[in-house]
Amino acid sequence: MKVVGLVAVNVFKESVRDKVLYSIIAFAIVLIASSLLIGNLTAGQDIKIIKDLGLASISMFGLLIAIFIGIGLVWKEVEKRSIYTLLPKPMRRHDFLLGKYCGLVLTLIINVSVMTAAFYLVLALMKQFEPANINAAAAAPATDPGMLKAVVLIVLELMLVTAIALFFSTFSSPFLSALLTAGLWVAGHFNADLRNFGAVVQSPVLAQLTRVAYYVLPNFAAFDVKSQVVHAQPVPASYVGLTFAYGLTYIVFVLFGASLIFSRRDFK
Amino acid sequence: MDAIRTEALTKHYKVGFWRPRPYLALDRLTLQVSRGEVFGFLGPNGAGKTTTLKLLMQLIYPTSGRAEILGRPVGDLSVKRRIGYLPEHPFFYDYLTAVELLEYFASLFGYAAAERRARASRLLDEVGIGAERRLQLRKFSKGMLQRVGIAQALINDPEVVFLDEPMSGLDPIGRREIREMILRLRDQGTTVFFSSHVLSDAETLCSRVAIMAKGRLVTAGTLSEMLAFQVRGWELVVSGMSEAALAAAKARGDVLRATAVGPGRFALELPLTPPPERTLATLVTQGASLVSLTPIRDTLEDYFVKQVSGATGSRFLETA
Repeated sequence: MKVVGLVAVNVFKESVRDKVLYSIIAFAIVLIASSLLIGNLTAGQDIKIIKDLGLASISMFGLLIAIFIGIGLVWKEVEKRSIYTLLPKPMRRHDFLLGKYCGLVLTLIINVSVMTAAFYLVLALMKQFEPANINAAAAAPATDPGMLKAVVLIVLELMLVTAIALFFSTFSSPFLSALLTAGLWVAGHFNADLRNFGAVVQSPVLAQLTRVAYYVLPNFAAFDVKSQVVHAQPVPASYVGLTFAYGLTYIVFVLFGASLIFSRRDFK
Repeated sequence: MDAIRTEALTKHYKVGFWRPRPYLALDRLTLQVSRGEVFGFLGPNGAGKTTTLKLLMQLIYPTSGRAEILGRPVGDLSVKRRIGYLPEHPFFYDYLTAVELLEYFASLFGYAAAERRARASRLLDEVGIGAERRLQLRKFSKGMLQRVGIAQALINDPEVVFLDEPMSGLDPIGRREIREMILRLRDQGTTVFFSSHVLSDAETLCSRVAIMAKGRLVTAGTLSEMLAFQVRGWELVVSGMSEAALAAAKARGDVLRATAVGPGRFALELPLTPPPERTLATLVTQGASLVSLTPIRDTLEDYFVKQVSGATGSRFLETA
């Protein structure tokens, strides 16, 4: 496991030196500019809109990093041949793969943490400038800690997206990996529709196929509680716990599959 | 126990998209390298040298056959701890400095921080990387990257080191320094297995060589074994020889060429037959005296060209 940690730290170092964390600055600019603009355009709804926008931005910036770095994690090593010097060192191939995964997850967690801190800071500042009666009338306080549930599930979703991107990158080109990962992400967000589709079709074969697809495809919609937390609707801890267990199980399976493919691969 | 042993090691690749055909990259390679040897793995481009090294590093898997390093199957973690490898045209994480790269690789072997620093510093000194060691590797030239590559291959003081074209990209001074380093490794008892198509390097460094062509082992042995029986003539140096005697010997076909090396003193190139003793005896009766008699052997290059040009056959295998 020590090797996994060493590889992960190196991936994080690469992210820092390749200026991936600059995305945080982009996030901060988007958030601050939006809050200034929205503050001038809306009355009473600005904090809610910033919450919506902030959580969506955290998710989107994270998603872009997870997909576009995730697909290159293995491919870049093979293409540039740096893997030739690394794999003959005392490590197993699955240690290398897991290290790569953990390194990107570490980058994402730090990224999301800093973005979340900036998000709460902007909300706290906006609250200061909001009239007291509007603050009191809001369904939830501006800096509602309940929003952290959405952030936790965003991190889990990004971990799953990273695992899927890594899986595809073990055997396909970056373009195809990006396409497949993004495709699965979109399909996963409409997973519930698959189940409903199965219920209305006449063909039993098609119904069975959609049923299988529903269970096999990752249910990304389950990780999305942004709307609930913004509108102060309850998100039970048990739901978060179960979704976490589902996400982690899926990640383990995907990483296991990636490891199986990667362990058998020839690096010509 | 051999340092390296392969038995009928074979690798096929599928080539082609619509109708993939098996392509023979390496064909039943059986080889033993003893501990402490400097072993030259020679062959023209595409001979199967890099394929063999990748199989030994388990970067690719064999179609059949087996390979062992230090008595253990390749890929075994205990083996990986005791070997070093320089790939052909190495590329490293270019966002790291040379020091960081070496320290990172040292950490994979489990060395403590102080030991990592000491090893990185010593090896970078040895390969001639000075103040540049604090620069990111993206600013390094090809030759400097090659030097870093050699340093990383030695980070764990390996018992067996595999070098794929180690002189590639190096200037003449760099080549000499690396030759000296390989000889130092040999003196320390390290087994060095290096692939090259530069034969002069092999002649200088190797105790044994193998010659590959078209994925097959053409021959393997010590340089003296390979070249001992390849005497293609004799160089006879005589003194006190007259121009008339020389002309007569040439007319008989006993002397192919003659070079005057002093008054009455000639270096004569004799054919393999008749035996040099007979020619010498004739010349002595005509007043000449023997100075020296030396066999003219093929160089490794001559031998290599003969062997490699004899390798024939398609590398595409018949499919049922």
